[in-house]
Amino acid sequence: MSTPDATTAGMNAINREWRRFTFEQRFIRFAFYFIAVAALVMSLRHIEFIPEFLYDAPAQVQDFFARMWPMDTAYYGKSVHDALIETLNIATLGTLLSILLAVPVGMLAANNLVPFAPLNYFAKLILVSSRSVNSLVWALLFIAVFGPGALAGTLAIAFRSIGFVGKLFGEALEECQRGPIEALTAVGAPKASVFTKGYWPQVKPAFWSIALFRWDINVRESAVLGLVGAGGIGMAMDTAQNLFRWDQVAVVLLTIFVVVILAELIVTYIRKKVL
Amino acid sequence: MTDRSLKIRGLVKEYKRGVPVLKGIDLDIAGDGITAIIGPSGTGKSTLIRCINRLVEPTSGQILFQGMDLAQLKGAELRAARRRIGMVFQEYNLVERLTVMENVLTGRLGYMTAFKAWLRKFPPSDIEEAYSLLDTVGLANFANQRADSLSGGQRQRVGIARAVMQHPEILLADEPTSSLDPKTSVEIMELMADLAGKRNIPVVVNIHNVELAKRFCGRMIGMTGGKVVFDGDPSALTDANLKEIYGGENWIE
Repeated sequence: MSTPDATTAGMNAINREWRRFTFEQRFIRFAFYFIAVAALVMSLRHIEFIPEFLYDAPAQVQDFFARMWPMDTAYYGKSVHDALIETLNIATLGTLLSILLAVPVGMLAANNLVPFAPLNYFAKLILVSSRSVNSLVWALLFIAVFGPGALAGTLAIAFRSIGFVGKLFGEALEECQRGPIEALTAVGAPKASVFTKGYWPQVKPAFWSIALFRWDINVRESAVLGLVGAGGIGMAMDTAQNLFRWDQVAVVLLTIFVVVILAELIVTYIRKKVL
Repeated sequence: MTDRSLKIRGLVKEYKRGVPVLKGIDLDIAGDGITAIIGPSGTGKSTLIRCINRLVEPTSGQILFQGMDLAQLKGAELRAARRRIGMVFQEYNLVERLTVMENVLTGRLGYMTAFKAWLRKFPPSDIEEAYSLLDTVGLANFANQRADSLSGGQRQRVGIARAVMQHPEILLADEPTSSLDPKTSVEIMELMADLAGKRNIPVVVNIHNVELAKRFCGRMIGMTGGKVVFDGDPSALTDANLKEIYGGENWIE
């Protein structure tokens, strides 16, 4: 980005030299790549992988699939189906709850809507703390409070999603065009009307897109939550795994795979239709 | 009949401390007719207009309108005053994803609660008025079309209809024709002159096209460097005045 200013360029018209980067920039770029390569080498030395484990990996994988096949399809009706419905309920309720909680926080975080920096930072702190904790950890926390089951799972999903939904919603608000907002202010509209008639129409597509995308993610996340006892299909997988019933684990994995693809298809379809 | 004059006294606006954009403006805008404000870009024309409805906060001075000092109003009082001041913008400033009808009806937002507005419970009289305004501006068939599907001239007509829906007692226009082609510009000026004339309200318009201003405005105010340097009849505006307002002379035909 180094553009020599017009006067000096005019004076040394004969010897005009152009470089994409300044000396400092080149030095920083070199340092960056050097550190990246050094870090890769160091970490490879640090993890101390054992080559013998690699050699028999193909055999292990073969053995693994042999145990999975044929699948115990009866297991689906016995316990996977109900667990699957529970997973979908956890994902959906968790997403709805997160939207309810995240919308006000997102509004507080948008500095054009709330032009008061301390409140913006406070809202951003809430959003960051929600995101910095993994949903499995949120699940463990809620299991400690409410005991194992779907309630803990739903709350874990909701609390993990606040950060995601709130951050993206707040950013969508901040990207709103200033003009229409100014016009509605000039009309003498109350603040609430400026929001519903000025901001909301502008962020509506983003809002639905965020909500659907988060639901899609939450279907996948809630499938894992059962591993720590927070209800859903993960619990069925955990049980089967503990009993070394790989033919049942295979059924669960296939179910999750199908559901995730279906969720993806549904979300894509709705987005195309609605937005 | 209320006093519809606007009196500006010693208006100063500093965006940066000690760097005034408006250096003490005194103006009386009385009765009706269109008053044009001309002047080079960056001289504070927009700032002046935006100070009147407080989209920009004045640093000091008075803006007297119907016995109130607009510069001092706060909260609900300010909103009540704003709804009687219509404004038309250069970039139209419509809510693009709302329909033409909804955009016109937003002119009534100052008169209703946010809850009713959210439910779209506009009084039938407002809806009727909006339809007849759309007839007047020639967009009756576009009522249910989204604003972002309109052309520039059509959008500005919606913008004018929205301002008139407020039942304003003064109309401000911030370069309403600068984004439009010459023919549409004339049509927009005609429309504003017509609507304001019927309602007997004053119009203050910032405008770059001197010829257009001379044609439609009963009074011209020339600004340069944050001060008023000309104030009078369009016929009294000489090339010498224009030279003082804009500087240079090669551009004058």
